[in-house]
Amino acid sequence: MKVRVTVMVKKGVLDPQGKTILGSLHQLGYKEVTDVKAGKLLELSLPKMGKAQLEKKVKEMCDRLLANTIIEDYEFEVGE
Amino acid sequence: MSTPLPQEPVVDLQLALSHGLTQEEFEKVRAILGRTPSFTELGIFSVMWSEHCSYKSSRIHLKRFPTTGAQVLQGPGENAGAIDIGGGLAAVFKMESHNHPSYVEPYQGAATGVGGILRDIFTMGARPIASMNSLRFGSPDHPRSKYLVGGVVAGIAGYGNCIGIPTVGGEVMFHPSYDGNILVNVMNLGIAHASRIFKGQARGPGNTVFYVGSRTGRDGIHGASLLASASFEADSESKRPTVQVGDPFAEKLLLEACLELMKTDYVIGIQDMGAAGLTSSSVEMAGRSGTGIDLDLDRVPVREEKMTPYEMMLSESQERMLVVVRRGTEEKVREIFRKWDLEGVAVGEVTSTGHLQVKFRGNRVADIPVKPIAEGAPILKRPMARPANAEGDARLDLARIKDVAHPAKALKGLLGSLNLCSREWIYRQYDHMVRSNTIVRPGSDAAVIRIKGSSHALALTTDCNSRYCYLDPRAGARIAVAEASRNLACSGAVAQALTDCLNFGNPERPEVMWQFSECVDGIAEACQSLEIPVISGNVSFYNETEGRGILPTPTIGMVGIIEDARSAMHSYFAREGDLIVLLGTLGEELGGSEYLSQVHNLEAGAVPHLDLAREEAVQYACIDAITEGLVASAHDCAEGGLAVALAECCFHPQGLLGAEVVLPAGKRLDALLFGESQSRILVSLQKASLPKLEKICQERDAPFSVLGTVGGNRLKISVGQDAEINATVAELRKPWSEALPTWMV
Amino acid sequence: MKFGIVVFPGSNCEHDCYHVVKHVLRQDASFLWHKEKNLARSDCVILPGGFAHGDYLRCGAMAKFSPIMETVSRFAAEGGPVVGICNGFQILAEAGLLPGALIRNRTLHYLCQDVYLRTDSNASPFTRKIPHGKVLKMPIGHGEGCYYADAKTLSRLEVEGRIAFRYCDAKGNLDEESNPNGSLKSIAGVLNERGNVLGLMPHPDRCAEAILGNEDGRILFESVIGR
Repeated sequence: MKVRVTVMVKKGVLDPQGKTILGSLHQLGYKEVTDVKAGKLLELSLPKMGKAQLEKKVKEMCDRLLANTIIEDYEFEVGE
Repeated sequence: MSTPLPQEPVVDLQLALSHGLTQEEFEKVRAILGRTPSFTELGIFSVMWSEHCSYKSSRIHLKRFPTTGAQVLQGPGENAGAIDIGGGLAAVFKMESHNHPSYVEPYQGAATGVGGILRDIFTMGARPIASMNSLRFGSPDHPRSKYLVGGVVAGIAGYGNCIGIPTVGGEVMFHPSYDGNILVNVMNLGIAHASRIFKGQARGPGNTVFYVGSRTGRDGIHGASLLASASFEADSESKRPTVQVGDPFAEKLLLEACLELMKTDYVIGIQDMGAAGLTSSSVEMAGRSGTGIDLDLDRVPVREEKMTPYEMMLSESQERMLVVVRRGTEEKVREIFRKWDLEGVAVGEVTSTGHLQVKFRGNRVADIPVKPIAEGAPILKRPMARPANAEGDARLDLARIKDVAHPAKALKGLLGSLNLCSREWIYRQYDHMVRSNTIVRPGSDAAVIRIKGSSHALALTTDCNSRYCYLDPRAGARIAVAEASRNLACSGAVAQALTDCLNFGNPERPEVMWQFSECVDGIAEACQSLEIPVISGNVSFYNETEGRGILPTPTIGMVGIIEDARSAMHSYFAREGDLIVLLGTLGEELGGSEYLSQVHNLEAGAVPHLDLAREEAVQYACIDAITEGLVASAHDCAEGGLAVALAECCFHPQGLLGAEVVLPAGKRLDALLFGESQSRILVSLQKASLPKLEKICQERDAPFSVLGTVGGNRLKISVGQDAEINATVAELRKPWSEALPTWMV
Repeated sequence: MKFGIVVFPGSNCEHDCYHVVKHVLRQDASFLWHKEKNLARSDCVILPGGFAHGDYLRCGAMAKFSPIMETVSRFAAEGGPVVGICNGFQILAEAGLLPGALIRNRTLHYLCQDVYLRTDSNASPFTRKIPHGKVLKMPIGHGEGCYYADAKTLSRLEVEGRIAFRYCDAKGNLDEESNPNGSLKSIAGVLNERGNVLGLMPHPDRCAEAILGNEDGRILFESVIGR
């Protein structure tokens, strides 16, 4: 089973990558874009298991390793 | 044998031609095997006999290089060259190209170029201690240039910084001839114990062949034969799947594991899997030892599903080594790899059959006699012909060119041009200090690396003026060697040996082949005269797009020794009141100059004259002066001429220092200030040291003249009574420091 | 004094640190492999620069789980002096031994250059010999050196005098131009509550020897040695 974890920079923390990408989009003419946040997408492959158990595990992985909760927020969704 | 595996194409002439083999070569393959090759065997021959791996167009010429000397421990023929640097130590170095992949995917192309050259060094048992690079990009106005510059620099930085080896210098040039074919030449220098240099050999039938490093995927299949052996056509984007992706962290682990392994006595031979991966490493190792190798592809660690033997043999996945170990030591070897979290797998053994025999799922998919494939690559004697326009380009009628009216403005223009401006924007992205050995940082004429535990230091540089090589290949190549050794002399180093990266267009064109041959001769002449052997190198052909080739670019990478590391010299004026002395003579040659190109849009004229005896005299006078502690700075005159060199001397990173210089009247002003006459070094020194310097110059037979004094905050260059240039150092430095970052935005 | 220099897979500057403490300052030193659990009787622990675990995921994210870190934490909790240089600082922050986090340089580029640092706290074994306010010149070499902490933490650090170094100009003034990476409050180095753990992005190990042209970094090592 696949779990997609999205890790994004917390609101209020500097996001120089997002800012730079926004600038580049504007330079290319896409001035209608008002903001860009750059994050990470991690796709985990796990054996089939119950929803509650899976969520608990993934949350633990995120808190311990996949995200630095000082500067990042995360969310995840279960796929196939 | 030879029943095609399921889904393998039938091998015929058409298939061979599509693999880059000629009909003649295909016939030769059939003659060697006594039958039609299997698909896997066809793949193996096609990469081994590709231009990139076999050097078929260049071999007859490269033979003319001088490759010997008392200091040479290993000349061309191994993964890298090696010289003795005293104290039981050896310097191992080489330069390589990664041109075509970098055009297609600049970050990964450059990164994997760095990865590849590093493996060539540590496979010899040397710890890499410094990297350099020589980069050529197209016209600054070309739509792709910024993207390529950004990508290549980031790729070199990303890989080199992560693996912890300082990138200490290099060169960058912009020219329209590189519009469709950029050049990324990377050089690395490592240190080994002189008595423990490892070679790529597979001795001792029964010994185990180990595969260590990253898993094998489909990266770069046909990278060597396809990309490096053919010119680009319009659809280069579709070549993207053949570019390899690097993992510098994996290489760091591999580097540490291999160096640790090489401290034991388990290793018989070792070679990196570079171009043509498993194929070239196994064939070359067995070839050098006159043995054979049996490979079992079922044991090869793979990253992708359903990989075929063809793919496994041709894959160019990065960060992999092939190691032949003494039978019985396998578990101890695995232990060392495990410590570094690496997979080390026994994939075969050395045999006495003299054949490369490859097994897959119980089938023998390849059985090739090693000697014929390793040594039987076609040697081509391609036709050569001097280009028709050669005479025209050599003609430069100075009478039709107006002398410079505003020399200060011209100087600012040159300093602010992308070919001459500060490269700080680039080298700040390279960690040039890691390993705490860098005693002269990027920005000076040569980088200097101290050797811990030794009183010596090593200086390195990369050089080539390809415009000169276009106008007169032989003279231009001679100058490349002279300039490299001159740069080393400016740091106080005596040149010891060189490596090269010969970048040219399509060798099937007689003009290109002529340029190549002439450049080889030019390098050979300079090397003979200056006593600098060629110990390693690389050839890159087919740097051409839609019939348009690059300027002939024989890049030289040179290493020198400074006896006492504390005397290492840099190129900036250092003290108010110091005298400025020119070693060499003032010139009046505008041919082939950056000034002529930028201001008059001309690439013409005779290449500046090089007198090798004079060059040697000037270099040795400089080295002697530095060794005796007489001078505070030394800087050679190169592109941009005397005026640019003087300005550069004023740009000390820790505080700008001006100068006042008086030149004799009587020469054309532009040629005097911006001409690129050879064999000239500017030194600065205390007045009190002048008599000693004079004596040294007499002994060395080097011309000598006092030009002026260091001081103040202006650069004032007068010719006779006229102050031709009188500007603040700050206003000269501004365009110089801003050009590159402004352009990159 | 005995220095223990931790080596992670991907550490690069352990040899530079070893050279300074052992050969330049003539102290005892040994390497501590990350998988080990004992500090080999070290009196001071150094986490050197480099790219531990390739800096993959985040700098220092994976290094914090190495067995040695448990021991280093205990050592720190007991008051043992610990210094994290560059990647070492990133690892200490990830491991929670120091507050805040190090993120990508504001300009997005890796930067290798000299910077000036103002010493804003000498309340630690590594800075006790440095006069308060002294400006040191030191090289940096990093792509992720921008110091971040939330407003509360920043305020606390200032109030408690735990900002060890700040980026400044040659005269000790703080301004945007002399801040190479965008660090909040120009923070280049911080201390833990007790003051025995120091993390800094610049490299004192690259400027502790005359031949390298700059010896300003030497005093950090001399301070902890007690010279």
